[in-house]
Amino acid sequence: MVFKRKDLLGMEDLSKEEILFILKTAESFREILERPIRKVPTLRGKTVVNLFFEPSTRTRMSFELAEKRLNADVLNFSTSNSSAVKGETLLDTARNILAMKVDCLVLRHPTPGTPHLLAKKLPVSVINAGDGAHEHPTQALLDLYTIRERKRTVEGLKIVIIGDIAHSRVARSNIWALQKLGAEVRVCAPPTLIPPLIEKMGVKVFYSQEDALKEVDIVMMLRIQKERQNTGLLPSLSEYVELFSLTEERLNLAKPDALIMHPGPVNRGIELPAKLADGKRSVILNQVTNGVAVRMAVLYLLLGKS
Amino acid sequence: MAKLMDKDEMRRALLRLSHQILEKNREIEDLVVVGIHRRGVTLAERISKMMEEIKGKKLPTGTLDITLYRDDFTRIDYQPVVRNTNILFPIDDKKVVLVDDVLYTGRTVRAAIDALIDFGRPKKIELAVLIDRGHRELPIRADYVGKNIPTSSGEMVEVRIEELDGTDEVLILKRT
Repeated sequence: MVFKRKDLLGMEDLSKEEILFILKTAESFREILERPIRKVPTLRGKTVVNLFFEPSTRTRMSFELAEKRLNADVLNFSTSNSSAVKGETLLDTARNILAMKVDCLVLRHPTPGTPHLLAKKLPVSVINAGDGAHEHPTQALLDLYTIRERKRTVEGLKIVIIGDIAHSRVARSNIWALQKLGAEVRVCAPPTLIPPLIEKMGVKVFYSQEDALKEVDIVMMLRIQKERQNTGLLPSLSEYVELFSLTEERLNLAKPDALIMHPGPVNRGIELPAKLADGKRSVILNQVTNGVAVRMAVLYLLLGKS
Repeated sequence: MAKLMDKDEMRRALLRLSHQILEKNREIEDLVVVGIHRRGVTLAERISKMMEEIKGKKLPTGTLDITLYRDDFTRIDYQPVVRNTNILFPIDDKKVVLVDDVLYTGRTVRAAIDALIDFGRPKKIELAVLIDRGHRELPIRADYVGKNIPTSSGEMVEVRIEELDGTDEVLILKRT
């Protein structure tokens, strides 16, 4: 198959074949990370700008490493030191950057659809590194990669996503991606954190962990943003922990070889206890390593042609 | 279209290459074999097997994909498929025999040498090819050649391998 896209905007519009092709390509890049010299000359002469309008450590570092390991030149740009605070529009900011001759924008923005707008208006490749509560496609790709690494295939697996589904771009991208590859997806959260009409996406909704965890192969925990406590969506953090924190006892309801995943950053003691986060079922750090390989594959597929 | 080699001739050419490699490298303690994707991988496995039969010792054998090291990367308009590189042994201070099917411009070999050097510092890199068809664009030559075939640039040399193409043969075709 030939990957012809200019941009990577979301999992919703990728086909199953395209997803599998990206994951297959990522396997070759994963090997590079184990070499004594973890760098290939492929994107020599290409310039990538990481445009982050929201705080991020892991994703931005992961993209930057992926870019550097492919030998691209990297420019980092974040709100705290940008002219956005001086009132420049996003499109003007992007056009100004392009005027300096760059080849790719990696964009994180609090407003859903922003990467799509830039992709439509600009001739360069745009990678969505998270747009509001909409999509975070490279996170879903690295999750798929990690699942396939351990379980060989996603097809037929039962996967539960637990946590703040309503505000989670990771949940949305994963729901689309996992279902395309043939998994059964469940979501589990207090009713206030389940977005209306989520069943329309084809998932099963659970309000109790005890029901949701039965016979699952993968437990995907999402971060609870402590700020949400004051919005009225959570009565209290301790009540959430009581009902929705993963415990060893609850995990016993899942399959004996079930894996624990988390997109990070982990709130130890809230989503899950440290013991489980560091335990042998946890693949949280594998996710982080694989993230670099997956992002290298995406950059290669978007930029590796004239 | 003309056939340059049939199954038996190919087998004999590879056996001759194996003997030549062993003649030049009498000590095989530090000898390793690396095939370049795709057909070089299969040929490397065969040569490695033949040398194992002659010497009674298995040689470390790996595969190398050069896609990420191509020099025409920004000039081609299709997306080359990246294949797996699998070198599961250290190559520091080893004698590496690179294997490919056809030596032509020399650009693939240039990329392969660059890629290898990212894995370590071999004592020596040698090149074994089944066919040398001439027309080099870089100062590169093979140490071991199965067959030299003078060609024009309007022709294509196609090596077919049982494992990938269902048959062992070498053909010369007019470029279409």
